[in-house]
Parts: sequence; structure tokens; C-alpha cells
Amino acid sequence: MKHKPAVNSSHAYSIDHECSIDQIRSVIAQNRSDHLLHILHALQQQLLHIPHRAVAEVASHLNLPVGQVESVVEFYSFFHNIPRGRYNILLSNCTSCGYMAGGKNLLQLLCQLLGVVAGRTRADGLVSVDQTSCVGMCDHGAAMLVNDRPIIRLDSGRIERIAALVNAAVPLEGWPEEWFDVDDNIRSSGLLLKDDLVAGDGLHAMIARGADATLDEITRSGLRGRGGAGFSTGMKWQFCREAPGDAHYVVCNADEGEPGTFKDRILLHSYADEVFEGMTVCARVIGSGQGLLYLRGEYRYLLPQLQAVLARRRELGLLGRNILGQPGFNFEIEIVVGAGAYICGEESALIESLEGKRGVPRNRPPFPVTHGYLGRPTVVNNVETFSAAAHIALRGSAWFSATGTGKSAGSKILSVSGDCAAPGIYEYPFGVTIQQVLEDCAAKDVQAVQVGGPSGTLIGKAEFGRKLGFEDLPTGGSFMVFGQERDLLAVAVNFAHFFAHESCGFCTPCRVGTTLLKNGVDKIAGGHGTHYDVDELKRLGALIKRRSHCGLGQTAANHLLDVIQRFPQVIEQRLAHSEFEPYFNLDAALEEARRITHRNDAAAHLE
Amino acid sequence: MRAEPKRDTAIPNTITIDGQEIPFSIGQTIMDAALAAGVYIPHLCHRPGLTPHGSCKLCTVSIEGRNVASHTADRRIQASSSVEIDSRSVSACTMPAMAGQQIRNNTPALNEVRKTITQMLFIEGNHLCPSCEKTGDCTLQAVAYHLGMLDGHFPQLSPRREVDASHGSVVLDRDRCILCELCVRASREVDGKNVFAISGRGIDAHLIVNSASGKLADSDLETGDMAAHICPVGAILIKEHGYEVPIGRRTFDLHRVSEIGLEPVILAKVRHTDE
Ligand SMILES: Cc1cc2nc3c(=O)[nH]c(=O)nc-3n(C[C@H](O)[C@H](O)[C@H](O)COP(=O)(O)O)c2cc1C
Ligand code: SF4
Ligand code: SF4
Ligand code: FES
Repeated sequence: MKHKPAVNSSHAYSIDHECSIDQIRSVIAQNRSDHLLHILHALQQQLLHIPHRAVAEVASHLNLPVGQVESVVEFYSFFHNIPRGRYNILLSNCTSCGYMAGGKNLLQLLCQLLGVVAGRTRADGLVSVDQTSCVGMCDHGAAMLVNDRPIIRLDSGRIERIAALVNAAVPLEGWPEEWFDVDDNIRSSGLLLKDDLVAGDGLHAMIARGADATLDEITRSGLRGRGGAGFSTGMKWQFCREAPGDAHYVVCNADEGEPGTFKDRILLHSYADEVFEGMTVCARVIGSGQGLLYLRGEYRYLLPQLQAVLARRRELGLLGRNILGQPGFNFEIEIVVGAGAYICGEESALIESLEGKRGVPRNRPPFPVTHGYLGRPTVVNNVETFSAAAHIALRGSAWFSATGTGKSAGSKILSVSGDCAAPGIYEYPFGVTIQQVLEDCAAKDVQAVQVGGPSGTLIGKAEFGRKLGFEDLPTGGSFMVFGQERDLLAVAVNFAHFFAHESCGFCTPCRVGTTLLKNGVDKIAGGHGTHYDVDELKRLGALIKRRSHCGLGQTAANHLLDVIQRFPQVIEQRLAHSEFEPYFNLDAALEEARRITHRNDAAAHLE
Repeated sequence: MRAEPKRDTAIPNTITIDGQEIPFSIGQTIMDAALAAGVYIPHLCHRPGLTPHGSCKLCTVSIEGRNVASHTADRRIQASSSVEIDSRSVSACTMPAMAGQQIRNNTPALNEVRKTITQMLFIEGNHLCPSCEKTGDCTLQAVAYHLGMLDGHFPQLSPRREVDASHGSVVLDRDRCILCELCVRASREVDGKNVFAISGRGIDAHLIVNSASGKLADSDLETGDMAAHICPVGAILIKEHGYEVPIGRRTFDLHRVSEIGLEPVILAKVRHTDE
């Protein structure tokens, strides 16, 4: 079963939660979607776990191998084979929206108040508390998910009230409604955020111009992917359109898992029509009848609203059969919700996940444009990319390329968070300097900025004149500010844990390497590191970066190598000044002996 | 068994590995071409005849020059690293051979990288070679010797993993599993079954048995299956046939891992003559 530390093995308790086969069958039967992830989510939600016997039931219901269902249950963070509490609370551990964001350990506080150990369900089955990777609420302070719903602006006061509500078993409907209100926080808007596009305008313009000419406009606009890699969107669509296949697919990547990124959340919340319109434009260009939007599990709360937008678009004739009266222009969009896995933002892992498998990146070539979803030609684009495409379809390439720089046309939506007075969404023309962004978000005494999230680049003061764009500093949208007070080594520890937790485990360098990096930086932060350990991290980091299978491993060491290179003093001051320190801590190992002999005098210590 | 590709005489279908020109046909990977020409590229998760996997990364090679086989889509690294590289790392077992590729393979630097990767594989599991029945027949061990690996270098991770001895004639000791998925693929592609799968994620990834109970006894694995014999390490062993070949006369006592076409020998060694 789950090869995790046996955190939850209170057997007496799990007997209470034995589920009958009828219960399992009825959950499966009532579920409207036949997607494996959706069925597993329904089971998790209603039975609080996915009982072992449900695995075989689901497998036979979907006609899948038992092993596939089990492996999926064990891959995604939001599925459990041991019951979670009726209140399942997950605190973000991101440096911006995490439980330490306000300087106080809210996870510890909540556990104390509820009498639970993090990761373990309380004996009465009422509540479980755990941590999870960034939930994309970084502009709203510390955040949690309780039964899939986000609560933001956590502080000790709110945590105390939450604990009281849980202990009194007050249903979520009875909790203060404003806690769940997540607003957009748009601080500055440009090309994409300034004016709403009237639903259908982009499609009308495309039909008037024709699909070929629309593709030309997209290509000529210089639009490049907003998910981080920056591949030309027009070229991607062209490759896909030219690829032979009995079906073509349009996939919108709304996995937004990079810590510190939340701009897609705003686009999905308030500009969903643009996103769907962009997908529909793409469908027409590449000749696709089916689109899929892969929504990260953390954003499940947006689902009803997104479904409503889709329904409205169907009513308006912007989706479905013969769109806008064009015979043969048929396109549908389905939403698939993830279940807690950063790697599923990587396009080929995302496709695997769409196909109901573990999110393991594929070998390339072949690329998704020729062999994507179900082996068919597939365009995968970021949420923001589709939104931009819809605007370009309406307003033309010149309108777009007039903004930005030579190689980075248009605007970029930034998610600004961390140590600044005005975190939120900022849309800038490409080419804006780091300094400018820092001034606009009222950040004072800045020590460093993490551009592009943990997988991106960490820069210090000397580089604040650098510009955002594919020529200089690319970013998928994450912009994390670290003030002078911030302990950059603690940040490095946080990021190293993030990558070790999110590595899919497919390839050796990343699977083992991210854990070794994590152990190494933990050792340094614990005051036991030496110069030898720093050299080891450098050597290991370089290897993981070059030899890993996918972008996760290839970027997992960036943050650490950046700290070592740009902020050597941060590491230096924590080093134990001996040539070599073993990982094994002799003094700590004597603790048990000291306890047994009731000694704690100097002679009972090695240090 | 591929159709003979049309040969364009203007562009010779050759790649160069460490200065040696090697022919290839369309559809071959760098590994295929190298092995066919008698050039050894260290590998663990690869086995001719099975779908290439690309997970162990032992076959990592460098392709020189920047404009070889441009990458479409993906990758968020691009400019995020300022370390300029004059070559690209690829997995030889999955990368298609393309005319003109200049490949570095048997270099001290690459073998050092491979040694580190092998050390990673050793320390992430529980490999106590002297007490393992596979010693001497183990490809992981042989690769380690080949690369001059003298120790694990990294602190042992010492994971707790399950042994499955439920099956009448096959034992699965996950302590030694290196997640190469050779058994997974052999079962699907050669045996026409689907006995194994990888489950979990990250450092907790582990091999599972595709049966309702998760036990080997409830699977349709048989000793005649390739999946029961293909394991490069001592994770899948045939019961009651231990130590039939004495130490000193085992596969890698008599052969080098770098010999080409050794697969039948390796398979024969672990396949008992009675079977
Ligand atoms: C580990 C990893 C995570 C990623 N996460 C995302 C993501 O959350 N959203 C996204 O759009 N792209 C993400 N990407 C990039 C995608 O692989 C892909 O390049 C992108 O979706 C293509 O869309 P674009 O061309 O519009 O940027 C990620 C890549 C990697 C390697
Ligand atoms: S680099 Fe990491 S995330 Fe990517 S395939 Fe390898 S193990 Fe998985
Ligand atoms: S059991 Fe052996 S063959 Fe199967 S994945 Fe593990 S190491 Fe590879
Ligand atoms: S042999 Fe190529 S990655 Fe394992």
C-alpha cells in the first residue's frame, strides 16, 4: 500500500470507516463523469478515502487494470487510502500563502487547538490537518483548503475561530461567508485585463477573416506561450493543424502549480469567456471538435462558475454544433479536475493525467502537437495564451505586437506576492524592469526577488535593472518578493522540499536527486553543513539540471544554485566550521541513552 | 523488423559517436545504432526488443552543437540558467538517430555522471550485495564495476519496502528494485499479460502487482514468463533455484557488461534448465 511513513495506521479507527460495497457502488454509479480522477474524487469526498475494495470496483466499472487505478490513487496528493477527517484541512506551505507567511506557525497552532498531529486523522474522525503545496492564494496571505474550499487571510485569530467551529462540528455553510471570498486583486491592467471581450466577438472576427488568415494573425502577432517555455503559439497551432490524425484536441493548461503563481485563477474567475473563446478559435484553426481544460484540484471551487460560463456559451451558440451558424464548426469543452500534482502542469504529464494515468512526462519526440491526447495531434496552451489569442483574433496582430519588446510581444500578467505592501495582479508590457514592479507593489528594503517561481531565477539588488521577457528574465507569472528580514536559507529549504515532494519519480536524477538536495540543504539549515556539503550540492545540482527527464528536474536545483552563487553569505554563516560533518548526528543519537540514564550534564554530550 | 528505409544518397545516414562514424536506419535510436555497431552505451532500463523507457538515465550522452534537432514546445528552462552549454544531454535509448549527430559517449566526464547516477540507484534502495542471490548476475552491480564505483558516496536512504513471497515459485523483494520497469514492459509486450505497474510518486514510487489483493500469488505470473526473469537486479527471483551457479562462474564473472548482445546469456543464467 502507500509507502509513506505509517502516519495513519490507527486501525481501531479505520474499522469505523469500513465501507460497504453497496456504498462504493452507489458513489460510482451516481457520479456523472466517467473520468477516473472524477470518480476517485467522488469516492474520496463521500467516503473520506478510497477504500481498497473500491479500487477493484472502479477498475471494473471503467474497464481498467486494477494496477492503474491503484497507482493513480497513490500518485495524487488529494487521494488517500486511509480515511481523512470529515473536515479535511490543508494548509498551504508556500512561502507566500503558506502557514508561516505571517511569521507564526499556523499549522502548529491549528494542530494544537484541535488536538491532532499533522498528517493524521483525529481519533474521532472529525478532522484531519495537513500541509499542501502552494494553493495559489499568494496575494491573500496564509491560506487553507477545507473540503476543497479555500479560506484566505489566515491569522491566529481566524485559526482559533476555525478550530472552534470544527470542534463544534458547524457545517461549512454556517462559517462566515466572507472567509471564502477570494477577490481578484487586479492592481494594474493592460492589453488583456483592461477591456472585457464581448463573448463571441473574437469568433465573429475569426469567421469574417477566415481560419487561415486568423492563424497568420496569431503567428504574426509574435504571441509566445505564457506557461513559461515561450514557444510561438502560431507555430504550435500550425504544426498541430498539419499533423495527420482522425481527431485533433485543444487542451488548456490550467494547472497553475508553480508556487507564487495565481494569474490564471483571476483569468478563470473573471475572464473565462476569453479563455474559452481562445480555445474555440484554436479549434477552428486546427480543426478540432473537442477541447479539454485541465483545472488544478486546488481551484475546484471555480468549477461551478466555469460550468455556468460554458452553459451560457452553448446557449449563445458559441459552443456546441454549428457554432455561430457555421455548418460543421462543432466544438465542445470538457473540464477535467486534477488532484494535487505540480508535475501535471508539464504538458505531456498533463495529457497522461487527462488519460486517467499517473502524471509521468512522456518521452519526446514525439511531441503533443503530433502525438498528444489519446495519441492524436494536440495543442496544449496556457490559460493566458488562449486569452491573448482571443484578443488577437478580434483586434489583430498589430494591436498586440505594438506592445512589448522585439522577442517578447504583448503583455505579461504577473502574480506579485511576498514582502510588499500591494501584492496582487499586475499586467505589464514585456520589457518592464524588476525595479519598476517593485516600486509599483510598494516593496521596501528588498533583498531578493524570485522571478518565475522556485523553478525560475533568484536575483538580488544588483540585478533589479533587468527586464522581464524572453530575452532576459522569462517568467510564467510568479514574482515573489523577499525583504531584508527574510531568511533566504529557509526559503531554499522550503523550495527543496517542494521539489522533492512533487518529483514524479520516473527518472533517477530527479527522483533521488531532489531528495538528496533536500537532505543537504536541511543539513546546512540545521547548522551541520560544511563547505564539503555546499560543493556536493553544487555538483549534484548541476547533474540533476542537465540529466533529468523533464522540466521539473531540470529546474529543481535552480533556486539552490542561485542562492549559493548570489547570496553565498546566507549559506556561509550557517556552516559548521569543520571539514566534514556526517549526516548522522552522533550527539542526537545519544538522546535516548541520556533519557534512560536521566542525564543531561555536559559529560553526557559530545558537543 | 522495420521496413527498409529509403536511402537518400546525398545525406548519408550516419551519426558519429566518439569520433566513430556509425550507420543507422530511419526509426533507430542512438542506442539501437550504437549497439548494432558494437558500441556500448551504459544502460539499465533498456533492453533491445522492448519499448524504450528512458528512466534510468544511465545512457545519457551529449550531442554537440546547438542546432541539432530543435525542441518544440515544452521547457521552461531556456534562459533561466545562465550556464551556457555547448551540447545537449539526451537519453540514447529514446532519442532518434539523426544524420550528422556528433555524439559524445565514452568520456571520463560522462562516465562520472553515470557513476553518480548508479550511486543514486544503490543508496535509494537496500542493496546488500554479499547477501543477495543475484550477486555476479546483477547488471546494476556489473555497471557499477564498469564505471569504477567504489562506494555509495551518498548517505543511504534505507527505505522500508515490502517483500512479496506469496507466489509459489517467484519472490519479489522490493528492497532491490530500481524501478526500471523492464518487468512491467516484458509482461505487457512479451508475455501478453499485465502483471506489474509502478505506483506512488517521487522517492516513494514503488512496484505494485496488478491483482486485486496486490499479491503476486493472485497474479497470472508464471515462471516461464519473461517478466519473471528479466529483472536486472535481485528484485524478482525464482524460488528454490538459488546459488545453482556458484559465485565465480556467474555471468559477470565470465563476461563484461560492455559486451554487446549479452542479453540471451543473462536470461539463460537465471532461467533454470528445468523450465
Ligand atoms: C514541472 C512543470 C510544470 C509546468 N506547469 C505549468 C502550468 O502550471 N501551467 C502552464 O501553462 N504550463 C506549465 N508548464 C509548461 C507546459 O509544459 C507547457 O509548456 C505549456 O503548458 C505550453 O503552453 P504555452 O505554450 O501556452 O505556454 C510546466 C512545465 C513543467 C516542466
Ligand atoms: S525530472 Fe522529475 S518530474 Fe520529470 S520525469 Fe524525472 S522524476 Fe519525473
Ligand atoms: S522488479 Fe526488477 S525489473 Fe521490475 S522494475 Fe524493479 S528492478 Fe526493474
Ligand atoms: S537506458 Fe536509457 S534511460 Fe535507461
